[in-house]
Amino acid sequence: MFTPHTKADVEAMLKTIGVGKVEDLFNVVPEKYRFPDLNLPEPLSEMEAAAELDSIASANATTRDFICFLGAGAYQHYIPAAVDNLLQRGEFYTSYTPYQPEISQGTLQAIFEFQSLISLLTGMDVSNASHYDGATAAAEAVILANHHFRGKRSKVLLSRAINPQYREVIRGYMQANAALHIVGDDPETGIEPDLKNLIAQIDLDTSLVMVQYPDFFGRIIDYKPLIEAAHAQGALVAVVVNPTALALLTPPGEIGADIVVGEGQPLGIPLSYGGPYLGFFAVKNPLLRKISGRLVGESVDTQGELAYVLTLTAREQHIRREKATSNICSNQGLMALAATIYMTLLGKTGFQQVANLCYQNAHYTANTVQEVPGFSLPFKATPFFHEFVVQADQDVPELLVHLQDHGILGGYDLSQDYPELEGCLLMAVTEMNSREDIDYLTDVLSEVEHA
Amino acid sequence: MREPTIFELSSPGRTGVTFQEPDVPLTDIPQEFARANLPFPEISELGVVRHFTKLSQKNYAIDLGFYPLGSCTMKYNPKINEAIARYPGFAATHPLQPEDTVQGNLYLMYTLQNWLAEIGGFADTTLEPAAGAQGELVGTMIIARYHKDRGDLKRTRILIPDSAHGTNPASSAMLGFDPVQLPSDERGNVDLKALRELCDDRLAGLMFTNPNTLGLFDENTAEVIRIVHEAGGLVYGDGANMNALLGVFKPGNCGIDVMHFNLHKTFSTPHGGGGPGSGAVMVCEKLVDYLPDPHVVMTDPGDEETAPTYGFARPKKSIGRVKAFHGHFGMLVRAYTYIAMLGQDGLRDVAEKAVLNANYLQAKLKGSYTLPYDRSCMHEFVLEGYWKDVPDIRALDIAKRLMDYDFHPPTNYFPLIVHEALMIEPTETESIETLDQFADAMVKIAEEARTQPELLKNAPHNTPVKRADELKAAKDLVFCCYPAGDWDRNK
Repeated sequence: MFTPHTKADVEAMLKTIGVGKVEDLFNVVPEKYRFPDLNLPEPLSEMEAAAELDSIASANATTRDFICFLGAGAYQHYIPAAVDNLLQRGEFYTSYTPYQPEISQGTLQAIFEFQSLISLLTGMDVSNASHYDGATAAAEAVILANHHFRGKRSKVLLSRAINPQYREVIRGYMQANAALHIVGDDPETGIEPDLKNLIAQIDLDTSLVMVQYPDFFGRIIDYKPLIEAAHAQGALVAVVVNPTALALLTPPGEIGADIVVGEGQPLGIPLSYGGPYLGFFAVKNPLLRKISGRLVGESVDTQGELAYVLTLTAREQHIRREKATSNICSNQGLMALAATIYMTLLGKTGFQQVANLCYQNAHYTANTVQEVPGFSLPFKATPFFHEFVVQADQDVPELLVHLQDHGILGGYDLSQDYPELEGCLLMAVTEMNSREDIDYLTDVLSEVEHA
Repeated sequence: MREPTIFELSSPGRTGVTFQEPDVPLTDIPQEFARANLPFPEISELGVVRHFTKLSQKNYAIDLGFYPLGSCTMKYNPKINEAIARYPGFAATHPLQPEDTVQGNLYLMYTLQNWLAEIGGFADTTLEPAAGAQGELVGTMIIARYHKDRGDLKRTRILIPDSAHGTNPASSAMLGFDPVQLPSDERGNVDLKALRELCDDRLAGLMFTNPNTLGLFDENTAEVIRIVHEAGGLVYGDGANMNALLGVFKPGNCGIDVMHFNLHKTFSTPHGGGGPGSGAVMVCEKLVDYLPDPHVVMTDPGDEETAPTYGFARPKKSIGRVKAFHGHFGMLVRAYTYIAMLGQDGLRDVAEKAVLNANYLQAKLKGSYTLPYDRSCMHEFVLEGYWKDVPDIRALDIAKRLMDYDFHPPTNYFPLIVHEALMIEPTETESIETLDQFADAMVKIAEEARTQPELLKNAPHNTPVKRADELKAAKDLVFCCYPAGDWDRNK
C-alpha cells in the first residue's frame, strides 16, 4: 500500500546491511518492551476507510444543514473553487518548510505575497509568515511586549471585549511569569464602549494594551483615544482584528497600533470544526526584530536574480534555542497560502463586496430581529460590523434549542463567559445568509414569543 | 524565469471573483470608520490560477521526488486523507456547534485520543496542540503544574540532551524553567554519569528524544528514565522520531510520563510548506487530570439500543487552553484515516521499513562519507558532510549539489554535535530503486568533491534560482512587495 518493498527488495537490503532479518535491526530496544501488541481495529482498505469516515461525518449536522448565525471567532464564508483547487497541488501541500530557497521559491513567494497583503490590510509595516491561530498570535503579542520592555513593565491590559478564549490562551502562555499582571478584563472595568475604565488603568508600568476590532460583540469602537493614552505612557497597543471587516474599516495601523494580530480563517479557510486556521501577526518597523515566527525577505541569487529566502532566523528556536523570541517552529504555511489565493482572487472589488454583504445582511438581521417582541439590541448605540448582541427576555439555552429544532444555529450564548450578559446572544451574519434565511429566522423568533 | 508578484500582475478594473449585490435594505457605513483605500491586487481568475500554478512549479515536493530530510519524516501523504478531510460532514462544521450536532466529530476525536494513547502506551491524549512545539509547551506546562501541585517548588531545571531540537530549550524557557544541557557519550547515548550528577532536588524533568536526532535508540533508555524518576523528575518524550517505534516500543510502558507525537510526521498529515502541524500529547495515569481544556470524553456509554454519546469536559486540574477551539481538527481526520487503514500490522510495517531503508542507505554511504556513530540506526542517521582531503567543501555544498540530481537535500548543520552534519531520513514509503539512485548521487558527489569541486561550490545549477544570498536579505529587510506606481498606502 504505502510501503513499496517486495520480498526480494527486503532480502537484498538485509544482505547489504549484513543482518539476517528485519527484527534484528531493533535489538537495541529492551526485549521486554520490544514489539508490543497494539489494540487497534483491523485495518481497512481505502474503500472501507472512505465508507467508515463518510458514516462518521454523516453523524454530524453541518452549517449546510442548518441556517447558521454562529460566529464568535469562526465564520462561514463562500470559498471560491479556485482556492482549494490550487491548494491541492502536491507541489504546495507535500513540500516542507522552505529552508532550501533554490527549490522552494513557490512557497517563499506565496508567503512574501501573504506578508504584503496582511501588511496592506492591517496598515502595518511588516507581517510574519503566520502563527497557529488568532489566539496564539495574540499570546505572542504579549510575549513580544514583555520582551520589548525586558520584563520591566509588569502590567498587561486586556479589554474584556476580547474573545474570551484568546484571553485564556494568553494567560496560559504567560503562566510562568509570576511578576506579570494581566488585568483589565474584569467585570468592574466592564465593556462600556467609551473605554474610560480601561484607559484609566494605563500607567508607566503598562507594557501592552490589547483591544479587539470589531470587538467580541461585533462593535466598531474608536480606539484613537485609547491608543493616544497608551502611547503617552510609553505602552504598546495591540489590536486583534477580523480581516474581513478591514475591507471596509480604517485599519488599526493607520490610527497608531503597534501590533495587529488576528484570525485568518475568514480568508478562504473552511470552518473544519475549529482548525487548522491561520494566525496573522503584523508590527510597525521598530518592533521588527522582536517579531516571532518565520519571515520571508527579498534577496538575490549568485546571478543577481531576485530570490526569496527565510530571514532573520537568528531570532528563532533552531538557532537561539532557549533565548529565542518564541518556541514556534512551524507556520500555518498551507493556510497562509489559502488566504493569499483568496485575497488575490477576490481582489480589491470582490473583497469589499463580501465585507459589504456581511455588513448589510447583518444590519438587516439586527433591524428585523429587534422588531420581534421580546428581543432587543442592548448595544444599539454603537456601530457594528457583522456580529451583534441580541437581548432576549427568556432563557437563552432554551431559545437556542428551539431555533435548532427549526434548523437554525442561533448564535453564541454570551452568559457562558459574561455573567453580566444573562439573556444575551451573539449572532453573526455573512454573505452566506440570504434574505430568505433571515426572514425565516425572524419568523421562528416570532413564534417563540407567542409560544 | 521570474514570476511577477500579484501586485505587478494587477490591472485596475479586473477581478477574479464577483459577488451578488445585497438584496436587503442598505445601511450606511459610519463615515468616521470608513476605509479610504484598499490597495489589493486586481487580477482575473485565470490570471490568479496561472500565477499560483507557476509558483507551485518552483517548489520541490514529496509528490515530485525523494525528500530525505532528517527528523522531518517526509513520507507519502495519502490522497485519501485529503479527500476525507474535505467531506462536508467534517469541513462544514462550526467549532461552537452544540455537542449533539457534532457527535461524529467528537467520536472521531475520542477514538483518536484512545488510539494514540494505545500506540504510545499512555493513559490519555489531548489533541489540542497545533504543532510539535506547542505539544512541548503543553508537556512542560503539565510538568510545571505537577511539581507545583505537590508543593515541590525548587524544581526549576529541565535537562536537555545536546542532540535535541531547538524547540526543547525554547519551550522550557517559555515556562520559566532553566534548560540545562546534557552531553552525549561516545556512542551517542545520554551520558549517564553527567545525568546522575545533574539529578538533584532542582530537577523538574528531562526532555528525551528517543531515538535521538542521530537516529540512535538510547542503549540505556530504561536506566535514563529510572535515574530521572528516582530524583523526583518527570520524563518528557519528544516524539519527533516516533516513526521508528510504531508497534516496536511503547514509550509509556517504559516509564515516559508525557510525550507528543507529530501527526504531520508519523501519521502522514502533509507538511504544507511549513504547516499546519498537529501535536497530540499523551500522558501517563498520574498526569491525566492536567490535560488541556477542552478534552473529549464519553458522556454516556449507551446500551444495546442507543449509541454512546460524547462531549467536552475540563480535566480536574487542567492547565487550561493553549489555542482557540479544539486543535487542528482537519489534521485529526487525516491521522485517524491513516491509522484506520494501517492497523497494528501496518503501523509496525511502517517502523520496520523506515528502519530498514535507513540502515540500507547508511550501509551504502558509509564508505564514501564519515559516519561518526557507526551503529545500527533507527529511522535516520547522520553523516559528516566534510572530508579532510578537500577541506573547502562543506555540507552546504553537498546539499546544494544534490538538487542538481533532482533530490531534496538532507537536513544539514543539525544535530549540532556532528561536524558539518548531513541528517538523512528516507522514510518507509521510498523504494529500493529510489534509495539506490540517491546513494549513487551521493557517491558521485563525493567523487566530484575531489575531481570537480567547483561543481559543488557553484551548485545548484538547474534550479529556478541559484544559490541565494541570505545575508543580503537580513541586511535589506524587504518583507513586502509594495504596490508599484501610484498605490497609496496611506503612510
